[in-house]
Amino acid sequence: MNKPIRRVSIFCLVLILALMVRTNWVQGVQAESWATDKNNKRQLYDRYAHPRGNIIASGQPVTKSDFVNGLRFKYQRSWVDGPMWAPVTGYATQFQSVGLEALEDGILSGSDDRLFFRNTLDMLTGEPKRGGDVVTTINAKVQKAAWDAMGNKKGAAVAIDPKTGAILAMVSTPSFDPGSFSGFDGASTKAWNDLNADPNKPLLNRALKETYPPGSTFKLVTATAAFENGMFQGVDDATTTPEPYILPGTTTQLKNESPDERCENATVKSGMDQSCNTVFAKIGADLGKEKMRAQAEKFGFNSTIDIPVRSEKSVFPDSKSLDGTAQDSIGQHDTRATPLQMAMVSAAICNNGSLMQPYLVDQERSASLTTISKHTEKQFSQAMSPSTAQKMQDLMVSVVENGTGKTARIPGVQVGGKTGTAQHGEDNAGLPFAWFTSWAKGADGQSVAVAVVVEDGSQNRDGISGGRLAAPIAKAVMQAALGK
Amino acid sequence: MSSYDLSEDTGRSGRRRATAGRVVPRRRDNTTISPQEAPNRRNTELALLLFAVLLPVLAYANVGLAMDSKLPAGMLGYGLGMGALALVAHLLVRRFAPYADPLMLPIATLLNGLGVVMIWRLDKAGKLLSGNFPAAQNQLMWSGLGIAGFIAVMVFLKDHRVLQRYTYISMVVALVLLAAPAFFPARAEDFGAKIWIRVGSFSIQPGEFAKIILTVFFAGYLMVKRDALALASRRFMGLYLPRGRDLGPIVVIWLLSLLILIFENDLGTSFLFFGLFVVMLYVATERTSWILFGLLMSVGGAVLVASTASHVKIRINAWLDPMAAFAPKPPPGATEQIGQSLMALGSGGVTGSGLGQGRSWLINFAAKSDFILGSFGEELGLTGMMAIFLLYGLLIQRGLRTAIAARDPFGKLFAVGLASAMALQVFVVAGGVTGLIPLTGMTMPFLAQGGSSVVANWALVAILLKISDSARRPGVEPTPATEGPGGPAR
Repeated sequence: MNKPIRRVSIFCLVLILALMVRTNWVQGVQAESWATDKNNKRQLYDRYAHPRGNIIASGQPVTKSDFVNGLRFKYQRSWVDGPMWAPVTGYATQFQSVGLEALEDGILSGSDDRLFFRNTLDMLTGEPKRGGDVVTTINAKVQKAAWDAMGNKKGAAVAIDPKTGAILAMVSTPSFDPGSFSGFDGASTKAWNDLNADPNKPLLNRALKETYPPGSTFKLVTATAAFENGMFQGVDDATTTPEPYILPGTTTQLKNESPDERCENATVKSGMDQSCNTVFAKIGADLGKEKMRAQAEKFGFNSTIDIPVRSEKSVFPDSKSLDGTAQDSIGQHDTRATPLQMAMVSAAICNNGSLMQPYLVDQERSASLTTISKHTEKQFSQAMSPSTAQKMQDLMVSVVENGTGKTARIPGVQVGGKTGTAQHGEDNAGLPFAWFTSWAKGADGQSVAVAVVVEDGSQNRDGISGGRLAAPIAKAVMQAALGK
Repeated sequence: MSSYDLSEDTGRSGRRRATAGRVVPRRRDNTTISPQEAPNRRNTELALLLFAVLLPVLAYANVGLAMDSKLPAGMLGYGLGMGALALVAHLLVRRFAPYADPLMLPIATLLNGLGVVMIWRLDKAGKLLSGNFPAAQNQLMWSGLGIAGFIAVMVFLKDHRVLQRYTYISMVVALVLLAAPAFFPARAEDFGAKIWIRVGSFSIQPGEFAKIILTVFFAGYLMVKRDALALASRRFMGLYLPRGRDLGPIVVIWLLSLLILIFENDLGTSFLFFGLFVVMLYVATERTSWILFGLLMSVGGAVLVASTASHVKIRINAWLDPMAAFAPKPPPGATEQIGQSLMALGSGGVTGSGLGQGRSWLINFAAKSDFILGSFGEELGLTGMMAIFLLYGLLIQRGLRTAIAARDPFGKLFAVGLASAMALQVFVVAGGVTGLIPLTGMTMPFLAQGGSSVVANWALVAILLKISDSARRPGVEPTPATEGPGGPAR
């Protein structure tokens, strides 16, 4: 009987060998794909098994990693002042991941390849694993000023350093605390569902992700195009503006905001001071769609801008008719702009025509504070010649000194701005959006460019104007930026 | 294979000589072990046992340090307890089976100890593991009971051939044990498998005991019938085909397996018994044709059942696409277990996460029973898995070696049966957990949580040790056991 027993032993060995081969296949060859399978919850638990890195503003972390020692999750994300910082940081939760928290996840969670060497070193020396930090360009004081100034108005404010493109503040209201849904319990799910159901759309980052009709603030782009194309030589050149102005190819009369404005054949400066629709609609129509589009695109229209968070595309449309282009040129009709885009217009004008690439992340660094990457400033475009920029600055200063933007005046500081009150909705039935975009130059060479938009600022449409609602907010932001 | 020589069979001639009396000079047979020269190896066993106790104690400390950053409080007690049990077992082996194989007891002790540590570690996962009741205490108690059973076999089973007299009683007992669970209601958490007998809170899994008892029957039956089965055959196309009436028993066992499968939803046990019978039939008769018949019948049976019984179909589908259960709309009856087990194994990788640092509780309630190998795979990695498979391989091969060395045909068949039953069980369970074959739901011998399994497997090892002792005992012929109704003649 020994011969068959030997064969049975070989058979049993083959069974064990088959198990070994199979296990080598699963744990050796296939291991990575099982470990990273989308249904493998270990990846999720691993992310919260060690402290996540922080997002830093003005040297202080605005995020936290709380040790909650949960059964599945050891750490949980929270925010120092969630609603104020949410547009800057974004969030990475079980429901959705957006903003810096999502884009910089590799650094924050410590899984980025550039951290590999340090992680290995930490593992060998027994240091607990920690994520790296992301240092933003945000100035906490400016951010706070913008947040306080927005109060409970709905809208957004963006501030840029025109010289570098560094984003100093980015606020969107109404806002939310991302910490309220960063956990994994029922309360988080409820908070998330409630935020999504909120008709005021608090989760929307209005500074980057919402486009509005820019209204009269777009007249800055139109005026720039006029100077750049040699239509006028100086700010006091008279325009040829008929009163009434009939939109080309139609019988529709374009109205100005108030009947007593003196827009007929006004100078560029007085047209800007009074925010004459007729003056700039005619300039746009006279320049034509192509020249207007070319100028708008130099400012960043018609392209997405990554700061690195992607902003929605601002649009100067390819209008089929000349009357459309005329209306597009005063920021109505189909023209759309994000608050970031309008801040970039002011920044380019303030920085003598040179538009710097806006950016939000200054540095990525490891947990041991070694710099992994640092932003290098670069020009987005030369939006206009320095001489045009000078004329545009004169126009904007005049708006604040003599025109619709008086509420933005800051004693001892040169401020230039432009108001906007953008009609929208079917037959312009919606409450208008109040806009203000401006720049300010301090005595010490510091400067700041700001754009503010306020939605539904008042129940009464007569109460809404860029000068009344948006300019004071911009003023507060500029004051904070210049330390005034 | 073609020549079958009766005189080659040592057991048969041995029995004839044994009736004559006491110590007879042994002739050198063609087994690989030469008993006269074999030292008894008890000291080897003791040294290996030391490791087998120490290793789980270190694993225990490892879990404590990883999960609580301190040495577990019960560490000393656990180490002393396991050590004492192992020592008692060893001393009794010294006394009652001095020439027994030195590897089997340490391997069983090691696997049992590691199993307890893993169960304790998963107890500590608390609520993370759904339906998690502390089980380490119980498992430890069952291990003690298992070793008590081991000791009982050592002391009271003077000679394994005594069991030969209970051939047909064994058959009846095994059939009753196998059929019994069908009459007990299955609980919801058993997922349709009827493999338990429950009285109050107490439950046993009779299949584990039936495994041993049925092997007694097979060995006894085949020892008597093997000549008829082997010689009375017709040659057809190069194969020896058995006569129709000799086919009877294999058909009966086949039908029985199918009945278990159909009425108790127990794919694993059914496969185990049928495979066991075919292996023993082959060893008894040396007829390859039985293997062929066995294969044909199991394939036929599998196809028959798979095409009719929905639960078998579900298992096969779960094997073919383990991740289907994770889809938003999983197929009916789908379970995440296999997918979770594969993800646990994959996440463990080559070196594993370390004891206490894995997340095998994701496998859910079976993480410490049927899927304990997945837990080991994640925390000890491929490296640990290979070690565990080697341990099982060694245990099985020592069992088969015992079969080769055994001097009587009953002992040979019995040892082959027990060893290959363990091999088949290990293959079926580990194959299911690693996704090699469809999942069947049996327990990993010694490692997995389950009292019946632990007790039965300790008894199995004890019997193998007794057989190996009588096989390797120098000079003295074992006392005959088939002498008549009065029991063994003294």
